[in-house]
Amino acid sequence: MGKFNVLEHELVPEHYLVSEDEEEEILKQLGVKKEQLPKIKKSDAVLRVLERKYGHIPVGSLIKIVRKSPTAGRIVVYRVVVRD
Amino acid sequence: MKMTELSLIWKDKLENVDRLRMNAPVYYAVDFEIKKELELPVYGYITLKGSEANYRVKITEIKKYEPMPGIIKKTTKKLQTLLKIEEVQDIAAIPLSEFRKEDGTYLKRVTKFSYGMIEEEKEIKIKKFREFTPEEKELDENVRKKYGIALPFSVIEKLVKVKEELELNKKEWDKVIDKVVEKYKKRRVDPYEAVGIVAAQSIGEPGTQMTLRTFHYAGVAEMNVTLGLPRLIEIVDARSQPSTPTMEIYLKEGIREDEEKVKEVAKKIESTTIIDVADVITSVADMSLTIVPDSKKMEGRGVKIEDIVDSLSKLKTYKLTVELSEDRIKVRLPEASYKKLYLLGESIKTLTLRGIKGISRAIVRKSRDSSEWVIYTQGSNLGDVLDLEEVDGKRTRTNNIIEIAEVLGIEAARNAIIEEAINTLEQQGLNVDVRHIMLVADTMTYNGVVEAIGRHGIAGEKESVLARAAFEITSKHLLTAGVLGEEDHLRGVAENIIVGQPVTLGTGAVTLIYKGKKR
Repeated sequence: MGKFNVLEHELVPEHYLVSEDEEEEILKQLGVKKEQLPKIKKSDAVLRVLERKYGHIPVGSLIKIVRKSPTAGRIVVYRVVVRD
Repeated sequence: MKMTELSLIWKDKLENVDRLRMNAPVYYAVDFEIKKELELPVYGYITLKGSEANYRVKITEIKKYEPMPGIIKKTTKKLQTLLKIEEVQDIAAIPLSEFRKEDGTYLKRVTKFSYGMIEEEKEIKIKKFREFTPEEKELDENVRKKYGIALPFSVIEKLVKVKEELELNKKEWDKVIDKVVEKYKKRRVDPYEAVGIVAAQSIGEPGTQMTLRTFHYAGVAEMNVTLGLPRLIEIVDARSQPSTPTMEIYLKEGIREDEEKVKEVAKKIESTTIIDVADVITSVADMSLTIVPDSKKMEGRGVKIEDIVDSLSKLKTYKLTVELSEDRIKVRLPEASYKKLYLLGESIKTLTLRGIKGISRAIVRKSRDSSEWVIYTQGSNLGDVLDLEEVDGKRTRTNNIIEIAEVLGIEAARNAIIEEAINTLEQQGLNVDVRHIMLVADTMTYNGVVEAIGRHGIAGEKESVLARAAFEITSKHLLTAGVLGEEDHLRGVAENIIVGQPVTLGTGAVTLIYKGKKR
């Protein structure tokens, strides 16, 4: 298992880890608290691949997702990493 | 093409890892010798159990062991090498089978120390979209600055194109942007608009016109797919198994153009069980089982009688005696009883001879634009299919949304929900705005797992007791709320209707404060 990089699949949008410095600014811009954001599980298939790039991703990190949108072209959303 | 670097893998104890982590950067004395010249820095992987790598350390120096103050020792004796450990990183466990040895084979277990290569992180590709062009970037920034809102990317893209095509001067261009922003602002959803209700109505109304039947695809032998309302219900219910799981398997270049090669792959994927190629007869007279292979069926599936005999050895719990005579196989149990014989017969019938578990049929067809051959399957197993070498993993998909969430992640599941729902509606000739479906998909994937719409999913998780009670199983919710002493802050819609207050929607959600002018 795991030889295929799931980020290359056409159903999977771009995922990035947000650095701690940027977190605050993003939350301020969105006007929400971290707990109010959509969630992504620590065990998510994409996070397992991202951990190879960024190293350990702790619970509570922000993941930036650039989705392809049929209405807006592309759109940036954020998910917060949660325990399983 | 693939960037790989040699790294070190060794087995270690958790307490050593903890000491390293606390003291890094530090010299670490280890009991193995590094004979190779390595380009520094080198990554070392530490395995705790010997089957998967749990920690990664950055090594910036390797030298021969000599006693020194302030070093950490792995063991007390036979120390040979000093490694300078820069940092210790927690990583998601990587199975050691993903590490390659220098001869190209994959590692199995590491008991002490080994060299290994892992596909480097540099090749992890995330990017999918093109970068903004300078014009697009400038426009985006200007709009943000001037109007305080961000226009969608598709609008920005179009605006830049229009500017070039029509050769607008600065004044006209500003006017165009002005108008676009104005229109965009007008078309946004108002604050406190009940988008959920609108989505429910917009999907529900056309849903009444959908067919209730499960259609059978004409032209494809023995393949049918659930369509219409049953399928839509299946999607929003987040069933772990759809009633007709199917996959579309695309293949890599060089294979997909050749029908014969594709058929070969299809045969490899299609799982063949013994019952597909043979009859299993239970004989009570001499307490034995006889497998009678059907030569025609065997030929069609490319199975030999020896394969069947081989597969019987998988049944390790039974000590079987297998006799092969001409065209039938006799199986005996040492201490046969009726019950044992029956159970054995059942497990023999479902023994997989070849193929991928769960995929009962694989059919080769031309793709929609008939440029290549595609495998359509009955049954689904995305994880195993993606690992096949011939498969083009980027496009291969299944209609099992839960499986997508497990294998490709929650965002992929969101996209799959949208696509499946829209396709189901469009097949019936219904046009529902994709924004409604997107809202449903967003809600279903909000918590990081795919949840159903309904009492087991998102409606059952509402904070308010009254809202839950108003939905389904009223007495259960009221009773548990009473027992647990739950509170209801009356913030939602349903609970405010129940108590007869204005709901927190639209104008009911805002308060007007009038500040009189000073005279």
